[in-house]
Amino acid sequence: MSGSVQGRNSEVVDVQDRARFEQIVLPHLDAAFNLARWLLKSRTDSEDVAQEALLRAFRFFRGFNGGDARAWLLQIVRNTCYTWLEKNRPVELMTEFDEELHPQSSGSPEALAIAGDNRERLVRALETLPPRFREVLVLRELEGCSYKEIATITAIPIGTVMSSLARARQRLQRALTHASAQEASREL
Amino acid sequence: MNCDFPRTTLHGYLDGELDATRSAEFERHLENCRECANSLASEESLRSALQHAGLYEHAPVALRKKIRAELQAAAAPHAALGIPLWRRVAVAAAILIVTGVSWYAWPRLGPTPPSAGFTAAEMIDAHIRSLQPGHLTDIASTDQHTVKPWFTGKLDYAPPVKDYSDEGFPLIGGRLDALAGRSVAVLVYTRRKHIINVFVLPTKEPDTPIHPPGLRQGYQWYHWRHQGMEYCAVSDVSASDLHELAQLLYQ
Repeated sequence: MSGSVQGRNSEVVDVQDRARFEQIVLPHLDAAFNLARWLLKSRTDSEDVAQEALLRAFRFFRGFNGGDARAWLLQIVRNTCYTWLEKNRPVELMTEFDEELHPQSSGSPEALAIAGDNRERLVRALETLPPRFREVLVLRELEGCSYKEIATITAIPIGTVMSSLARARQRLQRALTHASAQEASREL
Repeated sequence: MNCDFPRTTLHGYLDGELDATRSAEFERHLENCRECANSLASEESLRSALQHAGLYEHAPVALRKKIRAELQAAAAPHAALGIPLWRRVAVAAAILIVTGVSWYAWPRLGPTPPSAGFTAAEMIDAHIRSLQPGHLTDIASTDQHTVKPWFTGKLDYAPPVKDYSDEGFPLIGGRLDALAGRSVAVLVYTRRKHIINVFVLPTKEPDTPIHPPGLRQGYQWYHWRHQGMEYCAVSDVSASDLHELAQLLYQ
């Protein structure tokens, strides 16, 4: 048996690799695209970056030793996104530490329910968050990742995942209630 | 802030990431701390807004096609030498047969659902489709003796059907669904208003233990094979609840 296994030539392994890749990794293309879209804030750019990430993942595929294929792919997608941002929109990565300027308590559930009732407003509020807060929210609330999975994907310790999520939610609430207050004053 | 509970505890509670002891401790605290109770209500309303606004962006079909084509090109570095694809596939087939890897097993390599002859995406799609009004059950009955015979004649196999009301997972019915182009039986259970779909189809593969959970678009699943049947239980209930049902079904 082992002799004939050694007899496989490289092109056969390529065909097999692709079949396995299409079965194990490609089903997570939606997850890849969704994360890229929220990190880059653009569908068009996300198509390019998701494609690049998938092809990169395919090149690394032999190094993938089983386990959670989605987390493995999302790690690559995230790195590809950050590389793209550094190159094309470096300013966005620098505006991360201007928070806590206006500490205030979170909005009332009622106010939030009204503010969050509007998809457009939610999108805008999410997009005002720095990428590192936006990504934990997207991974948790849209992708349904556990803290442990988020830690794997973002390569940050689990304690930092917890505190980032808490701060991300606080900032999103603030952005939402701020936006609805602005709209209200404009309507007056 | 007068409350000395760290904020991360509240978020850990909201996300179901606290262990049972800390979770109970926080629940006791909630009864006396207005501030935390209010914050929790705000966070819950924010979460529900995020999850119900349709923010998840699916990959365009054209992108999927483009990537498949690129993979095909990337996986065929010898194409330039003029070896047509069918010949490379034929070589692959011959060698697979020689090495004793059956065609049956070949596309099934790899971890859960992708190994099941259908993909996780197909299964989650079927689960989401079933949650649309009127799509959940073809036969609505809490009686296992009504649901089981209903499948007879509709499928070429007889899925085991059992009610687990006493264990907290009442059976509410069954339906036929399609996965990877074939009809499969689905048993529908509930757990505290959450729907659990259990896909059941025959398999020739050996038994497996219950695999670690998979997660996609907020839905979890457990997959296993037992006594000639392949099972996949999908839901948005907690992983521990879903695992409990998987264990009941495994017996």
